[in-house]
Amino acid sequence: MSKFTKKKGNELPPVSTASLPDIVFMLLFFFMVVTVMRDTELKVEQNLPKANQIEKLKKDRSVFIFAGKPSLQYRKNFGEEGRIQIGDKFTDISNIGLALTEARGKLNPELQSKVVVAIKVDDDTNTGLVTDIKEKLRQLNMVKIIYITASGDPIDQ
Amino acid sequence: MAKRAAPEVNAGSMADIAFLLLIFFLVTTTIETDTGINRKLPPIEDNEEDVIIKQKNIFTVLLNGKDQLLVEDELMELKDIRKAAVEFLDNGGDGTCSYCRGKKDPGSSDNPDKAIISLKNERETSYKMYISVQNELVAAYNFLRDRESNRLYGWNFSEVKKDIDAGTYLGDVTDARAKLKEVQLLFPLKLSEAEPKKN
Repeated sequence: MSKFTKKKGNELPPVSTASLPDIVFMLLFFFMVVTVMRDTELKVEQNLPKANQIEKLKKDRSVFIFAGKPSLQYRKNFGEEGRIQIGDKFTDISNIGLALTEARGKLNPELQSKVVVAIKVDDDTNTGLVTDIKEKLRQLNMVKIIYITASGDPIDQ
Repeated sequence: MAKRAAPEVNAGSMADIAFLLLIFFLVTTTIETDTGINRKLPPIEDNEEDVIIKQKNIFTVLLNGKDQLLVEDELMELKDIRKAAVEFLDNGGDGTCSYCRGKKDPGSSDNPDKAIISLKNERETSYKMYISVQNELVAAYNFLRDRESNRLYGWNFSEVKKDIDAGTYLGDVTDARAKLKEVQLLFPLKLSEAEPKKN
């Protein structure tokens, strides 16, 4: 009779975790592929202003100009006035041309004529600095610009 | 002597190792997409001819160093500027604009093609305010373009443009692009950013 009582039907077999590493690896590879390590180190503060009438930036044809107050660790040497950063270093307004041409040279040759200058400026900066940049860009004939903003409603900020 | 089979490597901790790596990449990943307001600067021209534009066709926006707005010689709050700009652009004073629904006030702009918004700022103006004003002015154009594209084709200009840019537009992209151009021409964006006042 023991033949029949031995079997306990209500005990669930444990869930197999053998495929767990595979699942985790799949996720891992996804994140490894999409991760981009930052190539420029920001030396200025960047709290972007908010706007809602925005368009997406085409990254393959853009060069970046950062501007704003120097970050805390650079205040001692560079003061509190708004500064311009292109690539990895602080740039003077008169050197923008050289730095931008260099940055443009790194783009895909077909897209170099369609270059868009992305202006990333901290919201606590005087517009005068931006005007200087714009004036310089006109002289360089790089007239397509985009003011990088965060998305949000500007009225209730 | 019989060869001993090599013992199997224990793969039990594989999941832990993979998790560790996964968490590292999860934390370091920033999927960033930059967005912003597109603008084209006027190129420098050699022959600086003075073009005469009627005062009524210019919508002057002054932004001073204390972030106060003066629109058409009146103090204005940021939230009201969009409506004022829409009224100005949509006015259609000379009657040549068949799609305008404005008041046809002879003291305001003749038609959208002639209407120019002039934004002047001072050097001390904060960038935050400057972008906010730019945003509101672009919003006024987008509002009117949305209205016209809805009337002509039954879709919103800004939504379709966004879809095309993102590559998610379902349908004929070249056809939609041509239509976008048409709508754009109904309300061409004429926003002049003059050099700021020296003081």
